[in-house]
Amino acid sequence: MYRETQIIKHAQKASSNGGNLEEAGDLVINVGPQHPSTHGVLHLVITLHGETIKNVEPHLGYIHRSIEKMCESLSYRQFIYVTSRMDYLSSHINNHGCAMCVEKGLQVEIPPRAKVIRVLMDELTRLASHQLWWGAMAMDVGALTPFFHAFREREMINDIMEETCGARLTMNYMVPGGVMYDIHPNFQKRVKEFIEEFKKKIDEYDELVTGNIIFQNRMKGVGYLTKEDAISYGCTGPTARGSGVSCDIRKLYPYEVYDQVQFNEIIETDGDCFARYLVRMQEMRQSLSMVEQLIDNIPEGDFQAKTKAVLKLPKGEFYSKIETARGEFGVYIVSEGGTTPYRIKFRSPGFSNLSALNHMAKGYKIGDLVAIMGTLDLVIPDIDR
Amino acid sequence: MTNEALKIKLPELIPSVVFEEGGEWITAFVDASAWKTIAQQLRSNEDFQFDYLFCVTCVDWKTHLTMVYHLTSTIYRHSLVIKAKLDRNNPEIETVSDIWRTAEFHEREAYDLFGVKFLHHPDLRRLLLTDDFDGYPLRKDFEDPINMIKL
Repeated sequence: MYRETQIIKHAQKASSNGGNLEEAGDLVINVGPQHPSTHGVLHLVITLHGETIKNVEPHLGYIHRSIEKMCESLSYRQFIYVTSRMDYLSSHINNHGCAMCVEKGLQVEIPPRAKVIRVLMDELTRLASHQLWWGAMAMDVGALTPFFHAFREREMINDIMEETCGARLTMNYMVPGGVMYDIHPNFQKRVKEFIEEFKKKIDEYDELVTGNIIFQNRMKGVGYLTKEDAISYGCTGPTARGSGVSCDIRKLYPYEVYDQVQFNEIIETDGDCFARYLVRMQEMRQSLSMVEQLIDNIPEGDFQAKTKAVLKLPKGEFYSKIETARGEFGVYIVSEGGTTPYRIKFRSPGFSNLSALNHMAKGYKIGDLVAIMGTLDLVIPDIDR
Repeated sequence: MTNEALKIKLPELIPSVVFEEGGEWITAFVDASAWKTIAQQLRSNEDFQFDYLFCVTCVDWKTHLTMVYHLTSTIYRHSLVIKAKLDRNNPEIETVSDIWRTAEFHEREAYDLFGVKFLHHPDLRRLLLTDDFDGYPLRKDFEDPINMIKL
């Protein structure tokens, strides 16, 4: 994609902006596009002085599929399925955000049963996503065992999803007007089993990794992001909440039944890697408590509102935002009144979070870069779209 | 500030502002050449303090391009949508990446996919596509007979 000469040329050009970087001993290296710690095809061009990072320049687009252009020729029912392929770890929440945006345009009120099912699915997805992050994060900094622990519990959620939605990753369960099918008869029983199991396991997670002194040394005091910078870079989700920014969409602009369940917005003020780690660990407990509150309180009734077979949004613009496992996911639809969107824009959380990487990594050692990237929880298809 | 209060307050700051009806938030059309000064005021004015730029995008209307900026204040929790019309043949607008740093990547994306030139941008290169890519794929008249599947 980029010839080597170009990479060096770009890196030199970029590094010349950051001050006097031409001095002897500077080394330009490539991390990726195929590298275990980038969790996907992300290409970083790093300028090093000794082991100290002087500049990190992300090169994106290795998995760019132009989903926004694709959506312009898909109907309002069809385009939701493409969004599962963006952030594949929280595809439920992506689908949910898009369905909400279409509902906003159609002015459809969805039945209470669908609302609760949606929130349950969102929180289970968030748990699964954070579990995978936790395992991968520990693996990035050198602990392999947690990865297997995390995947063991994640498998339980995937099985629950498979039973109700028919898929393990790309669920496509949310449709405009509600959810596609009713929940499986086993759903409540299996979720309760999972809650019991995971309650014990999450304490084990903390014992295994959080208190580990080697792990803490790798995470504390690394990758500082101040509150002002977090806002300026447009960081959202646990990345920003680790820096003390209150940005949980579920609290600020409650959708579905988030205003009726009890949960806390987790905010840490340290702004380093460990703060971001703690935010996600505590968010898992909050999600678990939300699932516990709702699992016995699914109202009876329809799971889908009655909508027309062919959806037509009125002329105008619609924006909806939703909290995914990584932050604020925005859907911006410009409609001309037809059956397909005129223009659609996905504001993906990973894209903005990644833009802060250079700022966060400057001045730290190259080994810390892996920890910093790990706490950003990057999912590359979500960034490239 | 509520939407109504914003609508009264904004013309004091931007005399030439034109409002667009409909939509969830106040939508204001501004002159592309004046955007930089307006942006600085929106960011620093005590009453507005729009410190969080959460979405930057462009829309191709076949006759012209429109830049769309979604702003929110994390202090007052009010939101505003700013739009600027650009000439389709020579789209140029000042960068705001020094005011909101998230704009650096978002503007590179808009340059990549729409061909909008952001003046004084620190590093205006293609972001998602290869450096030798021809054309701007999100424009409505973009044709690619090999890769594009029309449904």
